[in-house]
Amino acid sequence: MDADADAQRDAQRGRVAAAFAARHRWRRAETAFWLLAFVAWAALPRQAPIGNEIAILALFALSLDLILGYAGIVSLGHAAFFGAGAYAAGLFAKHVSGDPLLGLAVATSVATLLGFATSFLVLRGSDLTRLMVTLGVALVLGEVANKAAAFTGGADGLQGVVIAPLFGRFAFDLSGRAAFAYSLAVLFALFVVARRIVNSPFGASLRAIRDNPLRAAAVGIPVRRRLVAIYTIAAAYAGAAGALLAQTTQFVSLDALAFDRSADVLLMLVIGGAGWLYGGLAGALVFKVAQDVFSGLTPQYWHFWLGLVLVVLVLTGRERLHERIARLLRRRGAAAAMHDADAARADRA
Amino acid sequence: MAAALETVALCKTFGGLTATDRVSLALAPGARHALIGPNGAGKTTLVNLLCGVLAPSAGRVLLDGEDVTGLAVDRRVRRGLGRTFQINQLFGAMTPLETLGLAVAERAGRGGDAWRPAGRDAEAVNEIVELAARFRLTDVLEARTSTLPYGRQRLLEIAVAFAGRPRVLLLDEPAAGVPEHERDELLAAVAALPRDVAVLLIEHDMDVVFRFAERISVLVNGAVYAEGTPDEIARDPRVRAAYLGDGDGNG
Amino acid sequence: MLTILFDGVAYGMLLFVLAVGLSVTLGLMNFVNLAHGAFAMAGGYVTVVLMSRYGVPFVACLPVAFLAAAALGAVLERTLYRRLYDRPHLDHVLFSIGIVFMAVAAVDYTMGSQQQNVRLPPWLSGRFDIAGVGIGRYRAFLIAICGALVVALQLVVSRTRFGSRLRAAVDDRRVARGLGIPVDRIFAATFAVGSGLAGLGGALGAEILGLDPTFPLKFMIYFLIVVTVGGTRGIVGPFVAALVLGLADVAGKYYVPASGAFVIYTLMIAILLVRPQGLFARPR
Repeated sequence: MDADADAQRDAQRGRVAAAFAARHRWRRAETAFWLLAFVAWAALPRQAPIGNEIAILALFALSLDLILGYAGIVSLGHAAFFGAGAYAAGLFAKHVSGDPLLGLAVATSVATLLGFATSFLVLRGSDLTRLMVTLGVALVLGEVANKAAAFTGGADGLQGVVIAPLFGRFAFDLSGRAAFAYSLAVLFALFVVARRIVNSPFGASLRAIRDNPLRAAAVGIPVRRRLVAIYTIAAAYAGAAGALLAQTTQFVSLDALAFDRSADVLLMLVIGGAGWLYGGLAGALVFKVAQDVFSGLTPQYWHFWLGLVLVVLVLTGRERLHERIARLLRRRGAAAAMHDADAARADRA
Repeated sequence: MAAALETVALCKTFGGLTATDRVSLALAPGARHALIGPNGAGKTTLVNLLCGVLAPSAGRVLLDGEDVTGLAVDRRVRRGLGRTFQINQLFGAMTPLETLGLAVAERAGRGGDAWRPAGRDAEAVNEIVELAARFRLTDVLEARTSTLPYGRQRLLEIAVAFAGRPRVLLLDEPAAGVPEHERDELLAAVAALPRDVAVLLIEHDMDVVFRFAERISVLVNGAVYAEGTPDEIARDPRVRAAYLGDGDGNG
Repeated sequence: MLTILFDGVAYGMLLFVLAVGLSVTLGLMNFVNLAHGAFAMAGGYVTVVLMSRYGVPFVACLPVAFLAAAALGAVLERTLYRRLYDRPHLDHVLFSIGIVFMAVAAVDYTMGSQQQNVRLPPWLSGRFDIAGVGIGRYRAFLIAICGALVVALQLVVSRTRFGSRLRAAVDDRRVARGLGIPVDRIFAATFAVGSGLAGLGGALGAEILGLDPTFPLKFMIYFLIVVTVGGTRGIVGPFVAALVLGLADVAGKYYVPASGAFVIYTLMIAILLVRPQGLFARPR
């Protein structure tokens, strides 16, 4: 009798462990995605510049997903961190050292500090208050960048940013191949880290906070602390994306901080779907490709089509599309894990 | 022996309304204490005050002898105070497995771990399995919480609070809204709670109260109207007049 | 100094007329309409077109601007906005940003991207002197018109039946419905009037604020500031907030020109930090 109960418990433990493992195991579709990305770099040399832009936007969208998709914070001013990273990287290269990795580290640190400092602003108030505050912070930064023209180049942009070759060998030239590889590598590395964060107990607590902050606190989750942490991390990621832009284009302008940028990244994330990490990446890809296509048709009026897509998307309900996709992916992964656990038990018996 | 949970002249006013009127309550360790009272007596307000969801206008809350009146909700939870909500407050999109995993991780102090994948911890897995067994959730561990029948959700509600290994557990009408055929399972789970946990049960159903409680407090208009053993309360003429009325337990 | 005061008040009152519709819409329908500025822009452009192509005198254009924007608002409310009232705020944000983008691009396409000029009639240009202080005629005109509007709005809200129904619906939509108040019609009417006022503001403001296709984006933040700081529960809150904002902006640009709009944004963040519900919201 006891042995039976023990065996049952063992089996249950196996199932539980397997269920958790299934969540963070890399799925085949994921590996395929990244392989394709690297293949794209190798096989499409002429698309390198746009590939570089997509990688940068993808990283930016990923950073927004961390706060919007996983913590439920709606920000209309995420470009503040993007721009801060961009200007920090540009100024660092111009005045201190052109080494790209060092510059990336410095710029990310600056954005992290800024994120931490402003994180307390988004803890209070309603959705609207948070919208306003995030928008306000981005606008303040924009004004600062504009007025400190002697330092930042103002409306003309920051000139004289010269980036040294990566590892002393790979210069960011006009072909853009080195730049694309650099951005893609940084994106991948940061993505892997983000994936771990999201599948950790910390990530689970964020989703709890997003779904039911009252219950989250009642489970013992220190809500404010976690939100500050993820907001800071997201700021770091956005800053890294901005730094990549500054370094690969060797130029920084005020539009790195503009409202347009915050709105665009929000749209990208919403198209791809917030809350599953790949949404930002997919959205950035779709957005950039669409922008290219539409700019070919009607050059200045790309925003009209963008607006139309947004309106239609909201009216028809963005969740339905994403739910279906997510369910498909999730079920396959979980089912596979269960099958494995069952098979293991059968072997043992 | 210090009380597991104690309030000292706890008061809460909303504008002109006094929701909690100088309530002094003490829960012994391992107590089985029930809080009853008519609708609008302020029972849930009191629970919210005990947990830190509401800040009192006056008075103190002591947990294991320590003053926790100024502590935030999550800090009280980590000191050993758990609660369930009258209306289920669960994470609809998560599975019971994830929800329990969350509670266990937080209690173990690993909730802030951003690197280790959730569920790698054998001890945590063990705990989750034990919790699921205790609260009869084993076969629904991986269903989305929002798809579970109401009784199961109620069980999960208690399981989540229990996962925090509280020394004091506040159950706010656990059987409320649970269909007849699922009530027994729920009540059995409540009765089977270990003796080292002090339980404050808020209930309307007098059968449940008299079966479960070793001590009963009656709350009327925010103040403690009467307090004593079930026998004493059942025999108290004031309580019968004011609340028990025809004795069939309709609050 | 007095000129700054005067200019600031004029600017503030203009901002109020522009933003009051947004405030009431937010309070009533709980809808975050970032496209509010598009209605203002519509009113402005209608005025410009009427004046330059059809020679309609400025003052006559104002009611037309109001009506055109109101009609546009009514149509959009009935067809599109209505479906989104119960959606999460993010959906509102995305939807209204989409509308703004479309509006901005459409206007850019049809009217070009240059600044539009409104030629004020001679009796409104220039200044007149009162006790040695130069008072711009147009700004005086603005204060007069906007002041009259404020008073009228306050009277409507507090004295008329429509006003009391509106206040009931803002307070508690469900209860209002239960009382038999035609909440849907009130929504439609309020949205239309709010948009109309925005259009009127756009027409009035073309001279002071400038008018080009990016107007909704440029001034969105100002409207939002008025609404979040002033609260959504009445007319007085946004009015005071708009005045403070107008004065702060004008004074800031005069005394500390290098800082630009910096002052406003920082002030807003500071206020929201201290009172996240706005200065005048009733504590919930």
